[in-house]
Amino acid sequence: MNAIAYVHEQLTGKKEFPKFKAGDNITVNYKIIEGNKERIQSFKGDVIKKQGNGATASFTVRKISDGIGVERVFPFYSPNVDSIVLNKAGNVRRAKLFYQRKRSGKSARIREKRQAVETTE
Amino acid sequence: MKGIIGKKVGMTSIFDPSGKQTACTIIEAGPCVVTQVKTTESDGYNALSLSFGDKKEKHSTKSETNHFAKAQTSPKKFTKEFRDFSLEKNIGETITVDIFDEGDNVEVVGTTKGKGFQGVVKRHGFHGVGGQSHGQHDRSRAPGSIGNSSDASRVMKGMRMGGRMGSDRVKLKGLTVLKIFADKNYILVSGSVPGHNGSIVLIQK
Repeated sequence: MNAIAYVHEQLTGKKEFPKFKAGDNITVNYKIIEGNKERIQSFKGDVIKKQGNGATASFTVRKISDGIGVERVFPFYSPNVDSIVLNKAGNVRRAKLFYQRKRSGKSARIREKRQAVETTE
Repeated sequence: MKGIIGKKVGMTSIFDPSGKQTACTIIEAGPCVVTQVKTTESDGYNALSLSFGDKKEKHSTKSETNHFAKAQTSPKKFTKEFRDFSLEKNIGETITVDIFDEGDNVEVVGTTKGKGFQGVVKRHGFHGVGGQSHGQHDRSRAPGSIGNSSDASRVMKGMRMGGRMGSDRVKLKGLTVLKIFADKNYILVSGSVPGHNGSIVLIQK
């Protein structure tokens, strides 16, 4: 095993997150510290980017808050990322959705991926 | 002073419990063998000669082989002298990453990446000519004037010009030892370290 992977494995605990990719709508629950109290805040939006690998991997979530686009970058292995909930799988053709920054309103919608449903006959 | 020879492996980042991400460099340091002990009586100064990295016997000269045989070890690739070593070591003993503790403030010495022949903008931080107006068109990264006219009739010594850049010995001070993996001989220091991956670095305290 190479050294970087070894160090990463030794220092970061395994985290179980649902598999998601660019275009998916997720809710990230992350810890914030107010004074000396810790609480969990959530950030819900579309994933526009996943980047990097190993300990340095991160993803960016974009949402429209009061008409203003807000983006937040979360490192995958940050101890402050508590959990991730996958709300909707999106149907997109790119891995990086930076074109979303120029869009607003109806054109900024992401189609939901249609899942195959098992029929019982 | 105490120190060890190591090989830069690469960079990664680690998180502390509060979630702060710190960039760090992994260095595979040691084990180094003490191959010579110099003393004031015999050599005029105190120093320890450390050797690191195995080398095949067929690639080493007879004098190397015999020099390392005195320390009962195989021929090594790199040997470096550390003046006034603070630990008492005898010839043939090994030095590992254990000489450092987590949280130590260390210096790292390395050779920076070679950049080849570079112009003054990259090499000395000149700002270039700037705009394209006033008749300029193909000299935006030129150095400009390098001196006076007939009174001097020469370029002053030390005038900064283009030339070979990089491959310099650089010492970085004030790096912190973040983590030590004694079983793998890895040592994690904060921030970046001079040189490419696989290059030899010295860690000193």
